Formats: sequence, C-alpha cells, structure tokens
Amino acid sequence: MSTDYQYVPEPKLIKGDHTFGSITDLIAKTPLSPTPKLWYLAFGLANLLLITLLGAVGYLIWDGIGIWGLNNPAGWGWAIINFVWWVGIGHAGTLISAILFLFRQGWRTAINRFAEAMTIFAVMCAGLFPAIHVGRIWVIYWVFPIPNQMAAWPNFSSPLLWDVFAVSTYFTVSLLFWYVGLIPDFATLRDKAKSKVAKISYGIASLGWTGSFRNWWNYEKAYMILAGLATPLVLSVHTIVSFDFAVSLIPGWHSTIFPPYFVAGAIYSGFAMVLTLMLIARKIYGLEDIMNIDIMERMNLVMMVTGNLVAFAYLMEGFISWYSGYIYEQGIFWLYVVGPYAWGFWILMFCNVLTPQFLWFRSIRRSVALTFVISIIVNIGMWFERFMIAVASLSTDFMPSAWDYYSPTFWDIIIYIGTFGLFFTFFLLFLRFLPMVAIAEVKGVMPQADPHNYDEETQEFDAAKTEPVVVQQEQTV
Amino acid sequence: MSKEKNIYGVLAEFRNPKELVDAASSVKNSGYKDFDTYAPFPIHGMEKAMGLKESPLGWIVLAGGLIGGIGALALMIWVMTTAWPYNISGKPLFNIPIYVPITFELTVLLSAFAATFGMIFLNNLPRFHNPLFNVERFEKASDDGFFVCVEATDDLFSEEKVSKLFQDNGATHIETVYDSE
Repeated sequence: MSTDYQYVPEPKLIKGDHTFGSITDLIAKTPLSPTPKLWYLAFGLANLLLITLLGAVGYLIWDGIGIWGLNNPAGWGWAIINFVWWVGIGHAGTLISAILFLFRQGWRTAINRFAEAMTIFAVMCAGLFPAIHVGRIWVIYWVFPIPNQMAAWPNFSSPLLWDVFAVSTYFTVSLLFWYVGLIPDFATLRDKAKSKVAKISYGIASLGWTGSFRNWWNYEKAYMILAGLATPLVLSVHTIVSFDFAVSLIPGWHSTIFPPYFVAGAIYSGFAMVLTLMLIARKIYGLEDIMNIDIMERMNLVMMVTGNLVAFAYLMEGFISWYSGYIYEQGIFWLYVVGPYAWGFWILMFCNVLTPQFLWFRSIRRSVALTFVISIIVNIGMWFERFMIAVASLSTDFMPSAWDYYSPTFWDIIIYIGTFGLFFTFFLLFLRFLPMVAIAEVKGVMPQADPHNYDEETQEFDAAKTEPVVVQQEQTV
Repeated sequence: MSKEKNIYGVLAEFRNPKELVDAASSVKNSGYKDFDTYAPFPIHGMEKAMGLKESPLGWIVLAGGLIGGIGALALMIWVMTTAWPYNISGKPLFNIPIYVPITFELTVLLSAFAATFGMIFLNNLPRFHNPLFNVERFEKASDDGFFVCVEATDDLFSEEKVSKLFQDNGATHIETVYDSE
C-alpha cells in the first residue's frame, strides 16, 4: 500500500500577475507622482495636533510637571503609561523585520518597511515622555555618562538609567536597520525619478548603489547580522522597561513575570497598530496585491498567540498573588478587580482577554472590517493595561492612609493626543516620500527570483517548479 | 569629445536571474577576475557562480561588539567604584548583575554601527559617480534588468573576446562602457 504525501502548499505571497517591473512601478509610483489632495488634508490635521503638542510641552516646561494630575502616591501617571504604550507599539516593527527574517518568513517583506517606519516614529513619541517627565529638560544630558560641571556620574544601578540606554539603543539600531533596507530602494527611486531634485536627493540617499552582487554579498551579511542583533535587542528593550516597575518593591510591580509579559504585550499591541495602519494604507495606495488577506491572517495569528500569552499572564498574576501568601500582593489583586480602578480592569479584560478569542475563527481573521475593529480595541486594551499597572498599583500600595485617587488633567490628555500629531506627521511624510514596501525584498521572494525555478533548456521561468513536491512512499505498517 | 575615451569595461544584459547566474559562472570559468553582476535583488547561488569568498564583515562587527561590551563594563566599574562611589540603599558598588543591561545594550549598539558602516565601507560607498551610470540601460539594474560587466582592469580583458563570450551566453544587449571625461 502506498500513500502520496504532499507538502501543504503555501499561498502565493504576492497576488495577481506581477513581474519585477510591475512591482517597481506599483511601489515607486507613490513617492514619484504628485501629492494627492487627501494627503494635504491629513498632513494638515496631523500638523495641527503636532503644534498642539509643542504648545502643551512648552507650557509644561514653563510651569513644571505640576500641571499634570500626579499626586502623592501616584508619582507616575499618563506620561509613563504613554511611554510604555508607544514603546510597546514600536516592537512589532523590529519583530517583523528581524525575528521573522531569521525565521525565513517571506511574507514579512510585504509589511516590514511599513512596520519599521512605525517603530521609529512610535519610539520618538515614547522618548518624549520620560524626557519631559524629568522636569528640568535642559539638564537631560545628566542621564548620559558625560563628564559634567558637578563631576557627578549617573547611577548605573538604577533601572531608569538602563531604560535610557535601552530605548536610545533601540531607536538608533532601528534607524540603522531601516536605512540599510532603504539603500537599494533609494537607488530604484533614483533611477525612476524624472525631476532633478528627486533624482539628486534619492541619489545621495542611495550612496551610489548599483546593485552589484559584490555589494549585495556584503549587504546580505550586514542585513543578517543586524537582524541577529535586533532580535535580542527588541526582547531586551521591553524587558528593561518592565524592570522600571519590577525592580521596585511596590505590590503588583515586584514580579518576575513582568519581562515576558511585557514583551508579549508589546508585540500584541504593535501588530494591532501595524494592522490598523496597513488596512487603511493598502486601500488608499492600491497595494492589495502585496499587503493581501493572507498576510493579514498571519498577522492576526501572531496577535492571537501573543494576546493569549498576555491573558495567561493576567491569570498567573492572580494565581501568584494567592500562592505567594503575601497579603499586599493579594490586596492589590483584589483592588484591581473590585477597587477604585475596577472599571479600568474590566475594560482591560474585555479588550485583551475576550477580544483576541474572536481570532480563533478563520472567517474573522480574514475579514478586513472585523480585523480593523479588533486592532483598535486591542490598542485601547493595551493602554488600559499600562494604566492599571502604573496607576492602580501606585495609588493603593501598603498603607490605606497613604492612598489617593489619581485622575489626569487637561494637560495629560492633550499631550497624549498631541503625540498622535507627532506620529502621523512623520508617518505621512514617510508614505509620501519613501517606498512604503521594500521593493528589493519583495522581488527577492517572488518565485521568478530563484534561478532554480527556471527551465534548464529554455531558460524560461517554469511555474511548475514552484509547485510542492509529491512524495510517494511505501507504508511499512 | 575629440579625445579618446578610456574604456571602463563591457556590459551585457541578460533576460533573467537564471541566465545571469549561468553567465557569471562562465565568465568566472574563462578566467576573468575583475567582473561583477548587477541585479535588483540578491540572487540565490550567485556567490558560488562568481566564486566569492565569505564577507569579512563579521570580523568588523565582532570588533565593534567587543569595544562596546568591554568599554561599557569598564566605564561602569570605574564610575561606580572609583569616580563616583555612592551608597544608594546599601547596594554594593561593584555589582556585576547590575551592569548586565547596559553592557548588553552598548554591545548591540556598537555592533550595529560596525555592521552598517562596515558594510558601506566594504562596498566602497558612498560614491558620487560610477562609469556604469553613463549607460542609459543600466537604470534597469534597480528595476528588472540583469547585467554582467567585465572591467578593463582585468589582465585578460579584450573588448572583442568579452563581447564574444557574452554573445555565446545569450546576452540580449552588449555595450562598451567608457569612463566619464
């Protein structure tokens, strides 16, 4: 008796009938064609928010952080919540570009450029908060080990200082990785551009790239090394962010589950943000062939897995607080569930525990509208997660006599909303002037790019060679 | 334009990655050393066809990483024990576990710089001009064109022989490239 075994066929990464040339045209047309009117409208709105942010931050620096709703037990409020939220969103970009690269996931090429841009702008928004939170921003350089007038040095045993190094390294490495990926695409735009200004600017950015294989050979090595470096880096960044909390002794913070739980949450929220942006962009820019439904489904699967990891971490928090036998841990857990911030806890449960369960259904994973809604709910949920961690634990700690209720002021809210202005200003500039899909990498994963898929005799592309191999095997039992 | 122009090399275009790989290996087997292939994306198996050695970039990155890691550790030990010994909640001053996060971050940071700028350096970039850009068709190298160029600096170089070799390999277009004035 014999059976036919067949590898599960992978869906085609790029839909439609594309050649290398049509991929170039599809992606390069956006940065090289005139600016659409809608873009000006969106950019104007983003600029308005950005100006609001600058004004609010200016007032904050003038008047001090007393304009925020911080009070005596709750010394960390929205600023830290927003910091962790934005950094977390950034993690998806590096996960897609580095970790999925090491795992040879070809589908990452459709979204990696896009997600890396999101990472960089999200980390910029994140970095703003600790910088303005120090109160005296004009001496922010004290956090770096630079010899200063007091002959003093930073305290290297503080997790807050580790955070400075983690976030600034993360930003720099993401930027380098992004730029390395952009070099060949700048060359494509240089060669496609008609106007002199565009030709010269893209030409300078491309560093004179020719597509020489001797260059590609070093380039591929550099790309792989950068991916290998970014992989532990991305895991370390949110780990160190979680140390800001976990290294302290506050009940609800002092917990070893924080690093893995923060990292899973970061990837969860980052994928949600990539989906939100991608589903809009692919429609507007007509990139449905590249950012297609199969890719959306895979992203939904990552979101389902990380969402359930996060849900499991919530469960473990409850279990450990009981199992530890430590009354303050038990107390804070009950205060989450039924205490003054219980409304936040239940929003969190709805958004982060209930919502990802819908992703078990294939039809929901493949529905653009539902995915869009879920992606937004997830990011709301992840914001509330950080709210519960930062605020609820701080404002109800050991002694009830020291408790106080925290609520944000107008300035907390306006600065948070303003960071969307910062984010979208940069993101819209990116969509307008840079190739939003990695052109060279997409071509590299097309079946036509592999010399093995060509016929030996005619030297023509042979689609049959990309079909999965059927293995006939004798059954031994 | 009256002056005789210097020949940079002979450039040939091929139809697809498969033909390019085959052409590259026959150029290599004919004994040429100063040649290169140009494509819009890295082609699988081309390093074997061209007979390239492993890129030395890894060693540059290792050097960067070591400088970052050792430098960070040395800085922190010196600051915490000698330059600014400060008792904070009774934590020991010389305390290796506490140095781990920053040592790791700076190792990664300097390695990433070494990888990026090392790659740019090894590729002889940035450069403002390349004689290949004098060829109009060469614009396709970043779009959907596949090119081989044998450079005039090669000892075996002769315009006719190289053109003949390209013809035998089925090149769709052969052109002599001149240096810029």
